[in-house]
Amino acid sequence: MSAHGRSEALIPSAQREASPVSATPLLAIDRLQVGFDGEAGRVRAVDGVSFSIDAGQTVGLVGESGCGKSVTAASILRLVPSPPGVMLGGEIRFDGRDILAMKREELAALRGREIAMVFQDPMTSLNPVFTVERQMGEVLALRFGLGRAAAAERSIAMLRTVGMPDPEARLAVYPHELSGGMKQRVMIAMALLCEPRLLIADEPTTALDVTVQAQILHLMRELQRKTGAALLFITHDMGVIAEMCDAVVVMYAGRVVERRPVVDLFERPRHPYTRGLLGSMPRRGTAHKALLPTIEGTVPSLLKPPAGCRFAARCNHRLSLPAEPRRRCDEIDPALAGDGDGWVACHFPQGGERP
Amino acid sequence: MSAREGGPVNAPLLEVRDLHKHYPVRGGVFSRTLGIVRAVAGVSLSVHAGQTLGLVGESGCGKSTLGRTLMRLEEPTSGQVLFDGQDLAHAGGAALFKLRREVQMVFQDPYSSLNPRLTVGEIVREPLLVHRMGSKAEQVARVRDLLAIVGLGPDTLQRYPSEFSGGQRQRIGVARALSLNPRLVVADEPVSALDVSVQSQVLNLMVQLQRDLGLAYVFISHDLSVVEHVSDVVAIMYLGRIVEIGPVREIFDRPAHPYTRALMQAIPTSDPRRRRATVPLSGEAPSPMAVLPGCAFASRCAYAVDACRQAPPALDPVVTATAGIQPHMAACIRRDEIATLAVAAG
Repeated sequence: MSAHGRSEALIPSAQREASPVSATPLLAIDRLQVGFDGEAGRVRAVDGVSFSIDAGQTVGLVGESGCGKSVTAASILRLVPSPPGVMLGGEIRFDGRDILAMKREELAALRGREIAMVFQDPMTSLNPVFTVERQMGEVLALRFGLGRAAAAERSIAMLRTVGMPDPEARLAVYPHELSGGMKQRVMIAMALLCEPRLLIADEPTTALDVTVQAQILHLMRELQRKTGAALLFITHDMGVIAEMCDAVVVMYAGRVVERRPVVDLFERPRHPYTRGLLGSMPRRGTAHKALLPTIEGTVPSLLKPPAGCRFAARCNHRLSLPAEPRRRCDEIDPALAGDGDGWVACHFPQGGERP
Repeated sequence: MSAREGGPVNAPLLEVRDLHKHYPVRGGVFSRTLGIVRAVAGVSLSVHAGQTLGLVGESGCGKSTLGRTLMRLEEPTSGQVLFDGQDLAHAGGAALFKLRREVQMVFQDPYSSLNPRLTVGEIVREPLLVHRMGSKAEQVARVRDLLAIVGLGPDTLQRYPSEFSGGQRQRIGVARALSLNPRLVVADEPVSALDVSVQSQVLNLMVQLQRDLGLAYVFISHDLSVVEHVSDVVAIMYLGRIVEIGPVREIFDRPAHPYTRALMQAIPTSDPRRRRATVPLSGEAPSPMAVLPGCAFASRCAYAVDACRQAPPALDPVVTATAGIQPHMAACIRRDEIATLAVAAG
């Protein structure tokens, strides 16, 4: 019986099958701008971000702390607290519908049902005072109107799907009784209960050990293959990107600096920042104790971003240029432009192989 | 200078002999002892001057407790910690105070390990004050030098930690650790909280300092790629014990313990064309309170045989081990066979 429940949960819903395989992406973010008002003024945390995700696709959103990747993700579900957050412009369309224009009820129907989110810290979505059974049951009661017994059965099936050992016994426990990896599994199980069409995962494995991280990544890939859900994977770890994603969006200081299919991004990165990120990872074959390439300096303040390219002050490539083209980097903000297999925001994109 | 470079080459700077650190677990109405967690359960290892020992393991394996016990931030339950031949584990009073200058620590979290109410200058100077090193003028000059060494300008002296980014704070932490001219630095996950590009800056700084000052490091990390890059000798811990130890190339080219192999296979690829097809290790580590008759890893091990569950395996040399300061050793009865298996490319 539970096996039946499980397979049912994994069958793509009728609605999903009916959605056209047209050129319309599942999610389209267009020139999104999000600011935060503080004492010192307005910080433009996200400043003109555009990318899209097709049905069933896994897109990685990568960048360092403060680049705006988590704010972008939170904006998709309108989870940016306001104040201090302010939506300054742009559009987010899910299946053609404008999320930023949605009314409260529409938004409630979207959240959890069509788009679900998994966070780095499981305790942001698990309630410490309720058992796993109660939390999962609540979701199922709201979404499908399931009674207690049916909900328990569906919950057990889903816990088994996410690789939870002894799922029947886990229903009665409280979150604190579970290890980090187990909590992450419960959170993923809860996110999948409603069969979302888009799952947003914000650094879901960053706090986990490598062997558990490998288990969770494998699980997410398997589930995605079975359910056909699209996945937006937010991380600062290029290894996780290489392991998981079809396409990659690289963010720097509130902007998208490069967008490309994953193999192209790793083999032919063109933005100096992407090249720097890939080059600074120690990996097999790096000479022992040799100095690693670095990106010197720090991210510019988004209170008053520089007029030209935001990466200019840290860019090694710019330093290799003569004075005249260098001025261009300092004075003119490069737009994200298509270059065949992807998009890059640089006046002098680099070619060649991975650094 | 002479003390640092002198002495026989094979005398280790730090030698740990059968170190144990146990914690009682209490509970119930009368706080009865319910069990004992053997966080460090019989660890022996050595670190040579100017070299780096990488200590790897997952959360709860005891690597941080081991690091803290080396520093005497935790009292060992039993065993010896010999620094330059003197027992740190049992030293007291003046002797311990003096030894503490020689061994310093860099912590993981650059946000909580610096006092937010002190200026950077005061933070770096504090150890000099505690140990009464030099006059005030000498101390101030030393602080300036230290900040320059870690790449921070004199304008940072009067500023507070909150004004700095994670990478800069970690540089301040390194400057503080260096203030007493230590010979050994225990660094507990020094780059884990940092962004990738900043990570490489701090790693470069640590490698450079080792070259310039002849420092020895105990580098504790869960990140195998980082450990491979900086270590001369690598030790892998699982549930309080070292399951494998050896020269860095031996460990990475011929891992002899199944757990080491699993850890390596778990590292995310750096090439999207070569994704991991399988999960290298299922399940999670058993409770550190559990007393297992055989090998602690047997329950998760793909190579386990009946004999593994009978008696705990000793840390013994691998047959391919070459002579050197640290022979390649593994605590697995099938170590010789496993060391010959192919290693997946990262």
